[in-house]
Amino acid sequence: MSEELVKLSGVQKAYRRGKQSVPIFETLDMSIEKGAFLAIMGPSGSGKTTLLNLLGGVDRPTGGSITFQGQRVDNLSESRLAAFRAGHVGFIFQFYNLMPMLTAAQNVELPLLLTSQGSKARKERAATALQIVGLSDRAAHKPSELSGGQQQRVAIARAIVSDPELILADEPTGDLDRETANEILSMLQELNANYGKTIVMVTHDAEAARYARKTLHLDKGHFVEKDLVA
Amino acid sequence: MTSRGLVWKNLFRKKLRTFLTLFAIFVAFLLYGVLMAFQATQEAPTQGPLARRLVVTNKINFTQPLPISYVDKIRALPEVKRASHMSWFGGYYREPQNFLIAFAVDEESFLDVYSEFELPPEQRAAFLKDRQGIVIGKRIADSYGFKVGDHIPLRSNLFFKKDGGDTYEFNVSGIIVSPENLQGEDQVAFHYAYFNEARAFGQDSIGQVIVETNDPAQNDAVAQKIDAMFVNSANETETRSEAVFQAAFAEQAGNIGLIITFVVGAAFVTILLIAGNTMMLAVRERTGEIGVLKTIGFTAQRIFAMVLSESMLFALIGGLLGLAAAAGASAYLGTAGPGFIAGMKVTPGIALSGLGLMLLLGLVTGAVPAWNAMRTDIITAFARK
Repeated sequence: MSEELVKLSGVQKAYRRGKQSVPIFETLDMSIEKGAFLAIMGPSGSGKTTLLNLLGGVDRPTGGSITFQGQRVDNLSESRLAAFRAGHVGFIFQFYNLMPMLTAAQNVELPLLLTSQGSKARKERAATALQIVGLSDRAAHKPSELSGGQQQRVAIARAIVSDPELILADEPTGDLDRETANEILSMLQELNANYGKTIVMVTHDAEAARYARKTLHLDKGHFVEKDLVA
Repeated sequence: MTSRGLVWKNLFRKKLRTFLTLFAIFVAFLLYGVLMAFQATQEAPTQGPLARRLVVTNKINFTQPLPISYVDKIRALPEVKRASHMSWFGGYYREPQNFLIAFAVDEESFLDVYSEFELPPEQRAAFLKDRQGIVIGKRIADSYGFKVGDHIPLRSNLFFKKDGGDTYEFNVSGIIVSPENLQGEDQVAFHYAYFNEARAFGQDSIGQVIVETNDPAQNDAVAQKIDAMFVNSANETETRSEAVFQAAFAEQAGNIGLIITFVVGAAFVTILLIAGNTMMLAVRERTGEIGVLKTIGFTAQRIFAMVLSESMLFALIGGLLGLAAAAGASAYLGTAGPGFIAGMKVTPGIALSGLGLMLLLGLVTGAVPAWNAMRTDIITAFARK
């Protein structure tokens, strides 16, 4: 039987817009098993990114609960939630979000500054992560000296450097051409297949979703498919 | 890469802006250091020859004269060891811009009272012997190229001569060296008798009496005794230590302390606005990056510390460079500048208070942006990006 990594139970989420409360999720239940590669699709405003933020502990639900490896995370304090993100979740963004003044290696090393590892160990791990994404030869380059695909690979290396169980990718290929997008998606597939990373990817792109093991469609805060175990 | 390295990288990511802000802070602390060092030189010293001697002036104002008869009356006091007198000449060499601190003095007692003035015996003897003799401070002699034996004309903007002219002729008798009291090297002194006889008005009046007592510890009591001697007379006196008199003399130009406070204060408010605005701008530009850092696990407190460290570094780098430049400039002015700023330097006290101001500047300019960065939640940060 597969091990459950993340569980959302009766999750509610609403945003305040002025005096009005705008509901995103009224009751959302979801379970993600360890080792899953899940694509979430849906129209704009369907709640895809909000779901990703809730899974990653970036945002909190207004109701219900979220557990990660059986532990509730939605009620953690800000600093413990930050520690949870640092230790268990890797994030990949559409626009890479690298620090422009840092080299590729320094960008990858960034999450390790939050660990107790020494400088040498951090550098070694960053080098390994860059090697996994095939960018060892670009370690000393700044983001402005890299192509979009290379920048996204650095972002992937940053996401995996602290060896998180869960990787959350928000439109990771949205800013890339088809060929480069396929390279990035293959890399995510490899991380899932060879390194056992659980990946949840939000995308508009049906082609990209095909790289995932399962695709869920979200519309107006509800999954339109019934099988919600990824 | 370390957290400190990250702060450092952020600090220099926009080099021109960083340089200009650092330069503004540099100028503020250069100004602060030099002005504070200058102010310190204007404070009355508590030791040395200036603190030991008393100066008696007219109570109305030190520009008002005293009768020369006062000198002997003061000399007659048992507590008084020596007394001399000096009269402001208002002198310049050839052109008014060549202003000189020049005094008509009672030559022998003057040299006795100002025992720290070093004059070779033969020059002293020549000075005392020659009615038109003049002794010149070394720095003035160096500046104008005066040598012993020169014949020099000095003009007065106060005292016309009986013949209608304003030029007094002198023979350079000696060059005064005075490392202990550099003011001696910035002034000239000549015979009162020659001056008194030649001038058209004010005969037998003097500017001030310089008093050396038997026991400097009793100076306050002696000062009171001197002033009491002339109370209710036509020329009441005010007696204070020479150091206090000099400080009061400097205050003629205005309340130096207040002027310095205003200048430094204005500079700091300006710098505060510049540095504060720069920090706000820098942090606002980085809202998205702050969101990323928080997403990958940087705590709000850590972000706060990073932004505050950045503004502290700004203030410390610019401030320390400014203070170092001020120390160099003050040391130079203290040795090569005019006598009234002799010994000018950035003291450890000034440096310490400067350091305090740097930390305050860093704190004030960094606190608001650091607070904003800390409070910005990740969703808002990405929405603003």
